[in-house]
Amino acid sequence: MLLLALDTATPAVTVALHDGTAVVAASAQVDARRHGELLLPAVDRVLAEAGTALDAVTGVVVGIGPGPYTGLRVGLMTADTFGLALGVPVYGVCTLDGLAYAAEVEETAGGGPFVVATDARRKEVYWARYSDSRTRVTEPSVDRPADIADQVAGLPAVGAGALLYPDTFPDAHAPEHVSAAALASLAAERLAAGVELPAPRPLYLRRPDAQVPKNYKVVTPK
Amino acid sequence: MADRKDEPLVLGIETSCDETGVGVVRGTTLLADAIASSVDEHARFGGVVPEVASRAHLEAMVPTIERALKEAGVSPKDLDGIAVTAGPGLAGALLVGVSAAKAYAYALGKPLYGVNHLASHICVDQLEHGPLPEPTMALLVSGGHSSLLLSSDITSDVRPMGATIDDAAGEAFDKIARVLNLGFPGGPVIDRYAREGDPKAIAFPRGLTGPRDPAYDFSFSGLKTAVARWIEAKRAAGEDVPVRDVSASFQEAVVDVLTRKAVRACKDEGVDHLMIGGGVAANSRLRALAQERCEAAGIRLRVPRPKLCTDNGAMVAALGAEMVARNRAPSDWDLSADSSLPVTDPHVPGQSHGNSHDHAHETGEGNLYA
Ligand SMILES: [Zn+2]
Repeated sequence: MLLLALDTATPAVTVALHDGTAVVAASAQVDARRHGELLLPAVDRVLAEAGTALDAVTGVVVGIGPGPYTGLRVGLMTADTFGLALGVPVYGVCTLDGLAYAAEVEETAGGGPFVVATDARRKEVYWARYSDSRTRVTEPSVDRPADIADQVAGLPAVGAGALLYPDTFPDAHAPEHVSAAALASLAAERLAAGVELPAPRPLYLRRPDAQVPKNYKVVTPK
Repeated sequence: MADRKDEPLVLGIETSCDETGVGVVRGTTLLADAIASSVDEHARFGGVVPEVASRAHLEAMVPTIERALKEAGVSPKDLDGIAVTAGPGLAGALLVGVSAAKAYAYALGKPLYGVNHLASHICVDQLEHGPLPEPTMALLVSGGHSSLLLSSDITSDVRPMGATIDDAAGEAFDKIARVLNLGFPGGPVIDRYAREGDPKAIAFPRGLTGPRDPAYDFSFSGLKTAVARWIEAKRAAGEDVPVRDVSASFQEAVVDVLTRKAVRACKDEGVDHLMIGGGVAANSRLRALAQERCEAAGIRLRVPRPKLCTDNGAMVAALGAEMVARNRAPSDWDLSADSSLPVTDPHVPGQSHGNSHDHAHETGEGNLYA
């Protein structure tokens, strides 16, 4: 097994290669506006570091968000197209699940229930609650921090969304962003356990901003 | 077909607006032109909604690539390159196509060519009428652009002669259709009504046609306002709006200015070919009047079939094939989607392949009046 994992749902552009037992190479760069430019060179670097080529990959793992759409699509489109070109399966993993898994790796969540929150911009967070680093107990949602204060009260939290709003998340910890290494490890673990992974379709959680125009603007002076 | 096997086989991806286009060409031969459009999803908004378009591109891309390859009957491993619209266009929409093209090229081990959407609109005519004459004058008119361009080599030298200073021609069609309550997009429906109307019924203004106005620039904003006012006055007086005559007279004002300026540019520059592309090139009156005026001026008119005039992947593949044929430098893996890519950059050569820009410039200047 050789999994190529990537995630562009947070400001991090992150890529990792996992051989079924361990991560063999990984890259993470943080630049919220250059997902499109950074991703392919990062894939190329990670493969070179592992001394292999893309056609050795047996599956692609991609973070399906939730995350700001423009960046999120870069990873999904890349993963989809790799899958098409290589004829290998593409697995989706919720980006918040990747962050939760990374939190355990970094031993910041202390083993008990906790919250993952990422920055959804527009003064909102994408978030979900976990009973442990492998078990999500709520659907990912997007909310204003003040509106979910009751639901996250008393729980430690990880992710940039938690670090950004200390009033709602007083017990906030790193990691800020997801890592493809965590995503790959989580996917490898679930695949080995025979768990079916979601399709690589984006979790937008918001409708597109679009207004049905009212009547056209009258140009005749009144 | 056997004798064409040495011509470059290129797959092209276009996502600058609301069409997900994937085309396959061999040299100047069209092999496939697969399109998935999100236009129906935009109709109720009266215009293209960027986020709706971007979401639709992501969903449509893989199936559209598969369809194009099947239609072309070629195997991806036989491709000589992958071309993609790098700009100009909607930033988020472009990025979906660029991401797909990069991943596909990288996975297949093929060179990547990020190309200019406008130059692609010109180059597509090679699929219809064979190699472009050099130089070629091109009039590109759509909902997003209205430009007059002169090219001596479509891979390296595209020179802007004029452009709209306000609305694009297609935008004016959409806006007038909205005032008339004819729905979106406006071009086809106005064309249809205009066929039964009198183009001389109402004398609408011809923008930027005064003696001191820029010779090759366009303006459609004043026309749009004049038409809207005329309609409102009728309605205010409690009279019926003659939709057919308004459509015909408005359309005549647009295509009169477009063709007059295009023919003048050809004459001034001594160019004996005019190509017309972009969605508005599907307009039947534009095609007819351009034909008439070009014939009178001794200019050969080249207009691709309507399906190749609107945004599509075949046009991107056509320009990509030309890039391969003329040995232009491929793009790098960090190619960005550039929503305002200048029309003077037919493609985005990679740094690692050396800068072909100086060379391009030199070819352009040398050949133009030869
Ligand atoms: Zn176009």
